[in-house]
Amino acid sequence: MKELRISPIRNGTVIDHIKPGMALKILPLLSIDQEFDTGLSIAMNAHSEKHGKKDIVKIEDKELHPREVNRLAVITPNASISIIRDFKVVKKYKVRLPDTIEGIVRCENLNCITNGKEPIKSRLIKIQKDPVKFRCYYCGRIQNRIEKRII
Amino acid sequence: MSLKGRDIVWIGDLSEEEILTVLDEAQRMVPIARGEIKSKIMDGRILASLFFEPSTRTRLSFETAMHRLGGDVITIAGQEGSSLIKGETLADTIRMAESYSDIIAIRHPKEGAARLASTFSKKPIINGGDGAGQHPTQTLLDLFTIRNNTGGFEGIQVAIAGDLKYGRTVHSLSLALGRFGAEMTFVAPDRIQMPEYIREELDKMGARYHTRDDVKKVIPDSDVLYMTRIQKERFPEEEEYMKVAGAFKIDAEALEGARKNLIVMHPLPRVDEIHHSVDRTPHAKYFEQAFNGVPVRMALLKLILEVAE
Repeated sequence: MKELRISPIRNGTVIDHIKPGMALKILPLLSIDQEFDTGLSIAMNAHSEKHGKKDIVKIEDKELHPREVNRLAVITPNASISIIRDFKVVKKYKVRLPDTIEGIVRCENLNCITNGKEPIKSRLIKIQKDPVKFRCYYCGRIQNRIEKRII
Repeated sequence: MSLKGRDIVWIGDLSEEEILTVLDEAQRMVPIARGEIKSKIMDGRILASLFFEPSTRTRLSFETAMHRLGGDVITIAGQEGSSLIKGETLADTIRMAESYSDIIAIRHPKEGAARLASTFSKKPIINGGDGAGQHPTQTLLDLFTIRNNTGGFEGIQVAIAGDLKYGRTVHSLSLALGRFGAEMTFVAPDRIQMPEYIREELDKMGARYHTRDDVKKVIPDSDVLYMTRIQKERFPEEEEYMKVAGAFKIDAEALEGARKNLIVMHPLPRVDEIHHSVDRTPHAKYFEQAFNGVPVRMALLKLILEVAE
């Protein structure tokens, strides 16, 4: 029997297959904070056929654009996005790492100018697809394990 | 092809063709750099020379280059006396300096500083060295010196020795030499070998390089021996510095088995890695190299500001 931890939503966005334990971490990347005023449900460590466990986030009455959600791929590369209208999935896609990540991940070079007090955001440029590799736009350093340095 | 208005932050900002254009222009600048011919092509132009870190050769040669071309220079040398020490951001300093000048040369202790400067300035930025990062004008004058002595780059054997981890000049140089088809040998103790991220770059471009740990063994097979100082200020602990200092020294005797046309280069200042006995051998090219900083930077100023002769 299918178990429903959180109820379906009529309209909005469902972010599924989030790496277990990461649901709360992705909220700031979606600018979801105290000011956020629509319905939000979170399931953590839910059952997953594929991965054993997963987190799910459901956001009511808000359709997120790929531009807003692709950055989630930095911490949860297998997440899928479903856009829901009147309880039906009208669009479904997987998050995809953007070509430029701005203000989300710190440059791994501690002496990089972006790790100081300058009025700029960190900026990493994708230079390779598989395996994915990023380079700091400012200092040029090739980055390792960017998911460890989320701001 | 035009370099007008361009920022020179990494050597990678220049194509191979553009690098060769700079070197050719530098060749034409040599008599002016020597003071044999007078030039006024920069009359009325101002170079802002912003050096937030100690430097002798780079700052003086930038300023000499501008003066030799008849231009003017405004300068910040060291953090003292500048607003940086009062807590001003580099972004603000740059916005001020661009309003006072036509072109900016910058050296800064943080990597990425020159790129940051280029995003805040509408005037062209030339990177004079940022932290342990890039130093493209040093690379250009190194390439100029090598080409003048070897005739070209393809297939030449270049040994690069000393502080390869923290030495910024060798990072830019090896990336450029890799693009031009030179074969490189990186000679350093393990703890200060060429960083992984530079080697990855070289691998991507298919450059040929080897690693060794004894400078004397690579001398007989080299066309160029590029020595660098093992910089004390880059080491967190004095003890770590003492362990490696002195392990990489050459003298005239060590060059006895060298190829006749071997050239010995050094970005200077040297401490004791090249003994003074080498100065008297025909191999020594480090003072010629230091002079070459002037015509190369003159060429850049001319091409970027695109002034007519």
